[in-house]
Amino acid sequence: MSKLLSRFKPLKLILFGTFAFLYIPIFALMAMSFNGAHSPFILKGFSFKWYSILIHDSRVIHGLINTLIVATGSTILSTILGTMLAVGLHRYTKSPFLNAFALAPAIVPDIVLGIGLLALYALLSVSLGLYSVLFAHVVFSMAFVTAVVKARLAHTDKYLREASMDLGATRTATFLRITLPSLAPAILAGALLAFTLSLDEFVIAFFTNGPTSPTLPIVIYSMVRFGVTPEINALATLLMLVSFTAVIIAQRMTRLTEEE
Amino acid sequence: MTTEPKNLIEIRNLTHDYGSVRALDDVSLDIRENEFFALLGPSGCGKTTLLRILAGFETPLTGSVELSGQDLTALPANKRPINLMFQSYALFPHMSVGANIAYGLEREKLPKDEIKSRVDEVLETVGLQDKVKARPSQLSGGQRQRVALARAIVKRPKLLLLDEPLSALDRKVRSEMQLELKRLQLEVGITFVVVTHDQEEAMSMADRIAVMVEGKVGQVDSPVDLYQRPNTAYVADFIGDGNFFDGVVVPEGIMHKSLGLLPGNRYGKDISGDAHLLIRPEDMRLADSGEHSIPAVVQDVQFFGGASTLVLSIAGRTAPILVSQPGATSAHRGAMVNLTWSTQKAIILPNDPRRSAL
Repeated sequence: MSKLLSRFKPLKLILFGTFAFLYIPIFALMAMSFNGAHSPFILKGFSFKWYSILIHDSRVIHGLINTLIVATGSTILSTILGTMLAVGLHRYTKSPFLNAFALAPAIVPDIVLGIGLLALYALLSVSLGLYSVLFAHVVFSMAFVTAVVKARLAHTDKYLREASMDLGATRTATFLRITLPSLAPAILAGALLAFTLSLDEFVIAFFTNGPTSPTLPIVIYSMVRFGVTPEINALATLLMLVSFTAVIIAQRMTRLTEEE
Repeated sequence: MTTEPKNLIEIRNLTHDYGSVRALDDVSLDIRENEFFALLGPSGCGKTTLLRILAGFETPLTGSVELSGQDLTALPANKRPINLMFQSYALFPHMSVGANIAYGLEREKLPKDEIKSRVDEVLETVGLQDKVKARPSQLSGGQRQRVALARAIVKRPKLLLLDEPLSALDRKVRSEMQLELKRLQLEVGITFVVVTHDQEEAMSMADRIAVMVEGKVGQVDSPVDLYQRPNTAYVADFIGDGNFFDGVVVPEGIMHKSLGLLPGNRYGKDISGDAHLLIRPEDMRLADSGEHSIPAVVQDVQFFGGASTLVLSIAGRTAPILVSQPGATSAHRGAMVNLTWSTQKAIILPNDPRRSAL
């Protein structure tokens, strides 16, 4: 790849152009979060002022706690369910329909999922609250976990399971001692993915949320409706830091998975 | 001192299908205690299915497997005193060599110090004492195989199954492991059953070989008997090189349509009608003048140091004839020679449709 790039200068240019397009807005936002002035058009020295205002803003803190509850809960549930679904699909079926249906929630437009879930909750007369967002998030993050774990399963050796049985292990022991550890990197990657997806999910949360427990993205939305304040820049920078770290860890895990 | 060999495994009338394909067709076999047994055949002959049934990964359609009189057929893999060394070795990648080997013993819930001493002991047997803490990914192919072997024999099974044990190794390590397996089998006193498609591998290691053909057992014999006294032309063709002639059985041999009478031996078998005559390359020789012989032309001479192979052609036959001679030969390409053999060494075999006209 690098050889190819060094030979074709125009390709390199396109590459850097693409990255600039992707990252300049983000870097501008990060830079602004440290700008002491209120307006992005005035530069007034480096400052942590907006970060300080941010952590004293009770709306933001409340939203953050709500988001962390939803993200943690949905990650735990979707990781367990998604892993089980992936193992089940891998072992007991070759049906392309079942496989497609298991992964579909990841691709279905959020708005469709959001409206659908809202309709379902209404039908079941479930009053909306944090838990309704949590379960809604499980629906789509489970599909992501399933996809990641299934990809790993495709690479694992079915003979490992047979070897374990051959050496006298029961089915349970084989699952706990052989299958799970060899899936661990993929499960962890799936969990991190589920966590970051839930962390900044807006559309579905917007539809399935109760009035008194907004998640962080909803809080941010209500804040920016009347203009972007530098406080939001600070918040966005922090969120990005968390997402980036998670994505990098997830990628490293997937790479570890592939190397074996 | 000779004692009657006792059967360890008695396989009776095993039949198994994969979908519409018959993988095993009424297979019966005895495997004796402490022997090195080989299941030999081309891919698709059913040898791997038989191995998987022995290990407990497949349940046969009909038939039974008994181990020292105990019926194994319904017993799951983890309850059988049988271990399998997988072709891919199937070492657990997330465990060290030591943990891999201890795994089977931990499943038996043995005390910790016994597990440790048995792991140490088996590592010494396979010569990998210094690799206890290594991961499988840090080992060479030959070392991985030793770990796989150690992991299986540490369980002290009654029967050890080996699936194509040498196929993943390069040539040099291969011949080393071949000797090693044989030594180990004698040392640990476990019955070994090797599945292989490689006749040299089977011939050099096994005490007895079952040649499998299309889901059936073609012949079970010692390597020497399989080579010298094959029952069918198929087995004869599969084991080693051979020159085959087709003809009709007459009292002294077979009558070939263009070569006339070719003398051969029936070895007491009742064969009539169409038949094959088999002569191994080393049983052919160039005749002195005056003997009954067939004129031939030398097509090629291959010199292997210890022996030479002459490739001859004769009139009225398309397939070349191979003649093996010790040392170098004076024959050269294009030379006219006379070909002969001893009647004792030419074997008449019943007509086998799998070997069409030669």
